[in-house]
Amino acid sequence: MREKLRLDSRVVAAWKSLAQGLLYAGLVFAAVILMMLGKANGEITERIRIHVADAVAPLLDLMSRPVDAAVAAAQAVQGWQALQAQNRALTQDRERLSRWQETAYRLQAENAELRQFLHLVPDPEAHFVTARVIADSGGAFARSLVVGAGAGDGVAKGHAVITATGLVGRVAGVAARSSLVLLITDLNFRVPVVIGATRTRAILAGDNSDRPKITHLDPDTFIAVGDRIVTSGHANAFPADLPIGTIASVQDGVIRVQLFAESMPIDYVRIVDFGLQGIIQDAAASVPGKAGNTTARTAGPAPAAGRIAGRSDGRGATP
Amino acid sequence: MTRSLRLRLATAARTVVPAGLAFLFVLAGCIPLTAIDIQIIKPLPPFAAVYYWALYRPDLLPPPVTFMVGLLVDILSGAPLGVHAATFILVHGGLRRQRRFLVGKSFLINWSGFALVAAGAFVLIWLLTSILHGAPLAAEGLVLQAGTTVAAFPLAFWLLLRCHRALVRRI
Repeated sequence: MREKLRLDSRVVAAWKSLAQGLLYAGLVFAAVILMMLGKANGEITERIRIHVADAVAPLLDLMSRPVDAAVAAAQAVQGWQALQAQNRALTQDRERLSRWQETAYRLQAENAELRQFLHLVPDPEAHFVTARVIADSGGAFARSLVVGAGAGDGVAKGHAVITATGLVGRVAGVAARSSLVLLITDLNFRVPVVIGATRTRAILAGDNSDRPKITHLDPDTFIAVGDRIVTSGHANAFPADLPIGTIASVQDGVIRVQLFAESMPIDYVRIVDFGLQGIIQDAAASVPGKAGNTTARTAGPAPAAGRIAGRSDGRGATP
Repeated sequence: MTRSLRLRLATAARTVVPAGLAFLFVLAGCIPLTAIDIQIIKPLPPFAAVYYWALYRPDLLPPPVTFMVGLLVDILSGAPLGVHAATFILVHGGLRRQRRFLVGKSFLINWSGFALVAAGAFVLIWLLTSILHGAPLAAEGLVLQAGTTVAAFPLAFWLLLRCHRALVRRI
C-alpha cells in the first residue's frame, strides 16, 4: 500500500514538472511569436505602445513628482551657492548680447526690405504645445520619450519636437493624453540636413548611439569637425534651419554628430506644428542634393497659438 | 476580524502584492530623471523582482505574470515586443531549477548570483534585439544598464524582502 502511494506521488510529481516545463516553453514560444508579429507589423506595435503608455501616464506622472521635487530641492541649494558667480556672468552676457541685439534689429530691417523686393512667400506660422516628459525608455536601445500632451492638445503624428537647444525628435504616435516621441538618436530616425556654411546636403541617421551618423553625403565635399548642422527643410518633414548639432568626429568615413540637445536633460519639450504635411520616411528615400532649391515653402493657414499642456511651471511658453 | 477572513485577505495579498510590486518596478524604471545634469542609463528594476521571486517564492510571481511584466517592459521601453518577456521567462525558469545554489545563502552571494544572471540576461537581450534589427546594435547602453541594474540590486532586494516578510507573517 505504502509502495503504491509513493509511486503515485512520484507520478504526480513527474506530471507536475512536465506541465511546468510546458508552461515555460509555451510562454517562450508566445514571446517569439510576438517578436515576429512586431517585426512584420511595426504599425501595430507602435499603436499598442502609445495606448499602454497613455493608460499608465497618470500613474507615471504621480510617481515622478516626488523625484522631481527632490531634484528641484537639490538644484535650489546648488543654485544658491552659484548665485554670485552666475550674476557676474549674466551681467557680462547682457552687455555682450545688447550689442548683438543692435545687429539683429539692423539685420531684421534689412531682411524685411529684401523680402519685399523678392516677393518671398512667408513661412507658415507655427502652432505649438509645451509638454512635460512623463516617461523615457532609459536609453538602452530604443530612444523614445512619452510626453504628457496628446491628440486632445492638438498634437499629431509627424510634428517636430524641440527644446530650447534644438531639434530633439518627432512625434511617432498619439493617444488622447500622451504622445510617443522618437528621438533623433533612435535607429529609425532620419532627417534631411544641411551642414556648415557651405550648406552641404546630407541625411542625419540615428543608430541608437548618443551621436547619430551623417549619411548620403557627396564624397567630394569637405566636412570639418565643429561644422553646424541644421534641418534642410526638404521633404517637408521639418522646416528649414532648426538647429541640430555640430560635427563631432570624422573617422574612417563615419561622420558623427554631437547634438545640441544631448548635453541637456530633457524635462519639457515643445511640440511644434509647422503646418507641413511631409512624411519623414520619404525623406530617407529621397537622394539629397537633387531636390530643387525651395526657398518658398508651402504657406498654410496655421494660427499662431501657444498652449501649455499638462502640468507646467509656465516655462517655455514663448516661441 | 475572523480567522477565515484574515486568511482570505492574506491569500489575496499574496496573489496581488508581488505582481503589483513588479509592475510598479517597471514604471519606476521609466521615470524620467530629467533634472540631473548628466545623462544616465537607468536600471531595469523589474529584473530584480523576477530574480527574487523566482528564487524564494516562484509561486507568488508565476510564469504568466512574469511574462506580462516582461511585456510591459517591452512596451514602455521601446524594445521589440517579446524580448524582455522571453528573457524574464527564461531567467525565471532557469533560476527555479538552480535555486538551491542561492537560496538561504548570504546577501553577497545573492548579489553575485544576480550579477551573473544579469550579465547573461543582458547578452540575451542584446542578441535578440540585434537579430530583430538585422544588425548588431551598439552595446554600450546595455552594458551600462546591466551595471546600474546590478548596482541598484541592494535597494530592490531590501524592498522585496520587506514585502516578502510582510506577506508570510501570520499564516
